[in-house]
Amino acid sequence: MLGRVFNGMGQPIDGGPAILADAHMDINGLPMNPAARAYPAEFIQTGVSTIDGLNTLVRGQKLPIFSGSGLPHAALAAQIARQARVLGDNETFAVVFAAIGITFEESEYFINDFRRTGAIDRTVVFSNLANDPAVERIATPRMALTAAEYLAFEKDMQVLVILTDITNYAEALREVSAAKKEVPGRRGYPGYLYTDLATMYERAGRRQGKKGSITMIPILTMPEDDKTHPIPDLTGYITEGQIILSRDLHRKGIVPPVDVLPSLSRLKDKGIGVGKTREDHAGTMNQLFAAYSRGKDAKELMTILGEAALSDDDKLFAKFADEFERRYVSQGNSTNRSIQETLDLGWELLSILPRRELKRIKPEMIEKYMPKEQ
Amino acid sequence: MSGTITKVSGPLVVAEGLADANVSDVVRVGSQRLIGEILNMTGDRASIQVYEETSGLGPGALVETTGMPMSVELGPGMLDNIYDGIQRPLPEMRALTGDNITRGTDVPALNREKKWDFVPVAKIGDKLVAGDVLGTVQETSAILHKIMVPYRVSGELVRIESGEHTVTDVIAVLKDEKGKEHELTMMQRWPVRIARPYTRKYVPSRPMNSGQRIIDTLFPIAKGGTAAVPGPFGSGKTVVQHQLAKWSDVDIVIYIGCGERGNEMTDVLMEFPELKDPRNGEPLMKRTVLIANTSDMPVAAREASIYTGITIAEYFRDMGYDVAVLADSTSRWAEALREMSGRLEEMPGEEGYPAYLASRLAQFYERAGVVECLGSEDRQGSVTAIGAVSPPGGDISEPVSQATMRIVKVFWALDSSLAYARHFPAINWLTSYSLYLEGLGPWYNEQFGEAYMKNREKAMHILQEESELQEIVRLVGQDALSPADRLTMETAKSIREDFLQQNAFVDEDAYSSYLKQFKLMALVLRFDSLCREALDKGANMNKLFAIDARERIGRAKTVDVNEFERVYAEIEAQMQREIEEVIAGGEDA
Repeated sequence: MLGRVFNGMGQPIDGGPAILADAHMDINGLPMNPAARAYPAEFIQTGVSTIDGLNTLVRGQKLPIFSGSGLPHAALAAQIARQARVLGDNETFAVVFAAIGITFEESEYFINDFRRTGAIDRTVVFSNLANDPAVERIATPRMALTAAEYLAFEKDMQVLVILTDITNYAEALREVSAAKKEVPGRRGYPGYLYTDLATMYERAGRRQGKKGSITMIPILTMPEDDKTHPIPDLTGYITEGQIILSRDLHRKGIVPPVDVLPSLSRLKDKGIGVGKTREDHAGTMNQLFAAYSRGKDAKELMTILGEAALSDDDKLFAKFADEFERRYVSQGNSTNRSIQETLDLGWELLSILPRRELKRIKPEMIEKYMPKEQ
Repeated sequence: MSGTITKVSGPLVVAEGLADANVSDVVRVGSQRLIGEILNMTGDRASIQVYEETSGLGPGALVETTGMPMSVELGPGMLDNIYDGIQRPLPEMRALTGDNITRGTDVPALNREKKWDFVPVAKIGDKLVAGDVLGTVQETSAILHKIMVPYRVSGELVRIESGEHTVTDVIAVLKDEKGKEHELTMMQRWPVRIARPYTRKYVPSRPMNSGQRIIDTLFPIAKGGTAAVPGPFGSGKTVVQHQLAKWSDVDIVIYIGCGERGNEMTDVLMEFPELKDPRNGEPLMKRTVLIANTSDMPVAAREASIYTGITIAEYFRDMGYDVAVLADSTSRWAEALREMSGRLEEMPGEEGYPAYLASRLAQFYERAGVVECLGSEDRQGSVTAIGAVSPPGGDISEPVSQATMRIVKVFWALDSSLAYARHFPAINWLTSYSLYLEGLGPWYNEQFGEAYMKNREKAMHILQEESELQEIVRLVGQDALSPADRLTMETAKSIREDFLQQNAFVDEDAYSSYLKQFKLMALVLRFDSLCREALDKGANMNKLFAIDARERIGRAKTVDVNEFERVYAEIEAQMQREIEEVIAGGEDA
């Protein structure tokens, strides 16, 4: 299956031969027994500072990208698929990519990117394009996940599943539900949308006694960039965090435009620290968040009242927020930063701030890692 | 007694020919013998909610009634275990069917083979009534399981067995007034939708120590009380629930994962056996029962999981224990209710939820409370119910949040803007409340003197004032404030950062004893009062705010349990000295 392209119903469309099946599996899957799960705790280095440093991805996690129309989520997803690796590990890695109702161009972008970087040899593509039947769209992610389960739990591979775009999936579900004359819930989506999405998302994970894992990155475009719309809202309640892209940052030319503050990885605390990344990771991460939040507040105040109204500390925080966006967040789509580089850059930025404000980092850590002033 | 299916719609099955069955009977559906429950009956037509995935079922399949209401098995073997929503033990299901949950699996809730060492307490000839203790079993190293006479059974004890027995062995025989003999086992059954009886209910008067500073000091909950934790996704509901499950000073914790993430349950499963109870050093798992109905498991069982959990809690309460029930999340439960209601084609209420949503929620929370247990012995137990609410879009004007707020006495409102700034626990101090303050006040006064509650009031006042001052700052800038107001803002910041913020992932900070909370709050407020005096004496404001002792206050919360009293005294002395130096320096030095 690796290296092949299938349509939304699992038939090959790349001109290659038909698949000789090793196993037939029900695409609906079965709920995983919570007692059989293994807790995700292995750090995945994506090479993207805002993810590695602040919203760490771990193996077996489901971390969606919340985007909007016209934002470069495809570039970020492709970058993650290209760069993701587990530190000090040579296990077989595979990507399962499901295009759900996206355009030909978008789909080609991914496939070409995989081809260009040679990743295609370890990739399975399921493609349901915008002009394919909507009913197939409901099956496509399940096809992809079943393939991923096979690769992960039968073939011991580390599988990264990218599903794009979940909004199209939910819309197809609504279309089918309306045709079945079901009572609609919020915004016309069926009342069981939560349960339905959960049966897909929850298929990510690790199992005890199995080497393989499924890490999932669903991408969804938020209608009107509204996070409270049912699709992102319900997704956020199921997945273990979210990466949110911001239109403001995109306009400012920051690449990738990850909006750090509302982004979150719920599993980060288990994947970082001594033996996984570095001992100073947790402290600096919290400090960067808190400082950036305060810096943004200060900048807001500055636009209303002018710079003179800020206290000296707040001026430093405002400067920090600018530098943070410019250097930490904006790294471009081809830079692959190691976690050490990311952490060191964090320290460099924190050195802008007065030391007494660094309450969230242990003093020993400050001594050890803070760059010495020239 | 069996009927045939005429309609299947998701988890709802309609069957005919069940004239003898009753509402809320458990039925077995189809050849896979899926477990279901009758929701309503019209003539011989029954609407059945099936607790397992129904794909593959069709009209014509057989439905069999068991003639019994939906019940749980109560007895030794529940602690340290993890169940699904209808009390099937997940580890044993895994051994039977592999990593995934297959349908129609039938596993008894309590292990039938395992032998427990039963130690009789009652003696032959004793006159016993329901609720009296027959004997005990050391179920886990932390908990002594009391085997009680079941409800509606009483009489003279004519036989009692000691030693190793399974839960189905007869361990005692009671002879009632009519001379009829009742054989008793260590296991009893109880229908989940009916509250277990008790002698009398009391008004809660003792606080539940959670070790969380914002909860214990600002918005305390009483043992036997009810609380809700609403918040949008990512605001830390689950972390708050986990912290409560870990550190609450109750005897038993029932954690219900209702329609939430599988990995969160795994987290509890992996972490709790490692964590030690700060009071007795035993692993936390030894006092915990987990009910896991993750979001990918069947939706109807989600509805049942809440009842299964609270019934088990009531059973332990009847032994005289303090029990906490943590339900994460009641919104998923309400959604399951909505889904079933929609399929039953009932008239919908607000936002499609059934009209009985509020009364069902009230019924659940009313099962909490401090009670005098049944039986001739004087025994008090309590059930504390804490439910997470996940309002869509974080908007608490929706029906589930509103119905919950009308019932519960404590409201810890989580705030996404606090969460974004990584202020955890992200409980908003302005919108949260606790109605137990008055009832618990005497307890605090007795333990720590009146200063505790006075400090609390003062802190709340400062936080309140800060929010007003912030409005002004937003309009005209910080310079417009008087030095006294600036000080209020500084102190409020210190309360927020140095007291309220608590890191669940730092060992020294995850749990704060009452004494530590009290001393830390006193320290933060001491800064405020010293500075106020200094400002009156004409000290330089900026210098006051920049004294070195403040950095130490900022780190004070992570000081080790055994050292904090000494360290806090040191910090206070240093603060006093430094402030005096600033005063001596005068206005402009």
